[in-house]
Amino acid sequence: MIEIDVTLARGKDFRLEAAFTAPDRGVTSLFGRSGAGKSTIIHMVAGTVKPGSGHIRIGDAVFFDAARGIDMPMEQRRVGYVFQDARLFPHMRVETNLRYGERRARGDRRIGFDAVVSMLGIGHLLARRPHTLSGGERQRVAIGRALLSQPRLLLMDEPLAALDDQRKAEILPYLERLRDELHLPILYVSHSLEEVLRLSDTVAAMIDGRVIAAGPVAEVMSRPELLPVIGRFDLGTILDCTVKAHDPGYALSTLAFPDGELRVPLVDLPVGAPARARVRSRDVAISLSRPIDVSVTNRLSGIVSEIRREEGPYADVGITLGHATLRALVTMESAERLALEPGMPVWLMIKAVAVDSRSPLFLNAPAEAQMAPAIPPLAPTLRLVGADSPSRATD
Amino acid sequence: MLTPEEWTAVRLSLQVAFWATIWSLPPAVLVAFMLSRLHFPGRGLFDGLVHLPLVLPRVVVGYLLLLLLGTRGMLGYYLDHWFGIRLIFSTAGATVAAAVVSFPLTVNAIRLSLDAVDQGLETAARTLGATRLDVFFSITLPLMLPGILSGTLISLASALGEFGATITFVSNVEGITRTIPLAIYSATSMTDGDAIALRLTLVSIVLALGALMLAEFADKRIRIALGRI
Repeated sequence: MIEIDVTLARGKDFRLEAAFTAPDRGVTSLFGRSGAGKSTIIHMVAGTVKPGSGHIRIGDAVFFDAARGIDMPMEQRRVGYVFQDARLFPHMRVETNLRYGERRARGDRRIGFDAVVSMLGIGHLLARRPHTLSGGERQRVAIGRALLSQPRLLLMDEPLAALDDQRKAEILPYLERLRDELHLPILYVSHSLEEVLRLSDTVAAMIDGRVIAAGPVAEVMSRPELLPVIGRFDLGTILDCTVKAHDPGYALSTLAFPDGELRVPLVDLPVGAPARARVRSRDVAISLSRPIDVSVTNRLSGIVSEIRREEGPYADVGITLGHATLRALVTMESAERLALEPGMPVWLMIKAVAVDSRSPLFLNAPAEAQMAPAIPPLAPTLRLVGADSPSRATD
Repeated sequence: MLTPEEWTAVRLSLQVAFWATIWSLPPAVLVAFMLSRLHFPGRGLFDGLVHLPLVLPRVVVGYLLLLLLGTRGMLGYYLDHWFGIRLIFSTAGATVAAAVVSFPLTVNAIRLSLDAVDQGLETAARTLGATRLDVFFSITLPLMLPGILSGTLISLASALGEFGATITFVSNVEGITRTIPLAIYSATSMTDGDAIALRLTLVSIVLALGALMLAEFADKRIRIALGRI
């Protein structure tokens, strides 16, 4: 279990009061705008910033506990910290950089040099100097260096923020491999909705120094309270699905989730693989009767659970499908014209092209995930499909 | 070429400059580190004390050394009484004078390079399991090598040229404290000393140029090793 409950006051403007717990496996994302306090939390976990009060526990290890006077020195925390700017040591070759933490690691060495090098594809860089590497290569070496220090936790502070889209696309698959092949919890800071949806199992959403929601991605990222972080246009419901079938003729795939199915543009994943779909509220339309003569592919029935009047012309309507709750953004005028009220059965329409299916999630990493020298080829990863533009930065 | 006396002056100068530099480098690195990285009460006063020899007239520095380290001095008495060490009229005393005078310059050169070392790298090293001391020797020290090199050069140059503090503290004794500048000074007060002064001046120029070229070469090698070229 990752348990964080900290406060910090800095001047009059910045006050952080953040508490959340997360499972000590998989990727936990700290998600929020710049200045929300995400990085400060990472700094506190690493030990570079001391909390004013509270505690930080990672599994059995107590990193900080103000009440008990515990503040573990940085070098004993064994956190693999991947910085936004890589921070490779300029006077050492890549291999020496990689070995730096490895040579200083105590206890068992479960992460081997050859395995890391081959997983990150940096074997051809070992003799090079950091300043001769590209941004993406540097970041991969930095990840390898952090892993080889045999950490109990990996901290990643916007590791992709300094990279252009092409480099991001180059690194993301490696991050997915880390998540899937190592039994190593990862605390990941990001303001990118796309990265969070693609990589995380758990998310802690932050606004103004507070964690406003923490829990499984699909649940937290579907909450309307995230509006200030995600923005009106990207706010929606996240559905964890399984790939049920492909229809190459029409270039469509069928994703199944507990309450039904979604037809979406073809996803590059085998049948049976997990996939995460995002249905934006603004792409959901409501009908009182079963829609027949419409082009919309996805029609689901549900029951109105709540209607929230929002600023401007908007009404945010929650519709329970059984397990999941989808949200529809309609105008208040429409809501009144249809006389929507909680308890009413309605039909939902979602255009297939509007569904944004994202990376699969392997919550149940295979038991042999501890790294062996022979690494299987990269698991096929889901490319972004559909008409979605790259995720809107929230700041 | 040079007379035996002149050779002695050259040898003595090199010897004094060499040992003054060797002895002052480690404390200079320590003081530079303290001034660049640590915050402690009295830091401003400490900074001022370190730089005092730079702003005081050299003769005053020499006189203060005499007060402090002379056989009746506050420290000198005990050095003599307990250890039998007498610095006045000795080569060791000339070395001390040269080291004291060049110390602030050395500290400044090293401090500049230390300020330029990215502390983010030191933090990264600590998260990778290195203790503070380990970080200093594996990251900070290698990255400040250019500053240590320029500090060394400045120390050598300033020690080779030291005059005022030396002549005040340890006087002008042939073969013991008479370095090149003191020998030139003596020569200019002799009726037939012009040739001697000119020869020693040439030696000074050659030494200075040689040191500069050596430093240039070393600096380039270090920068390549640090991945800056």
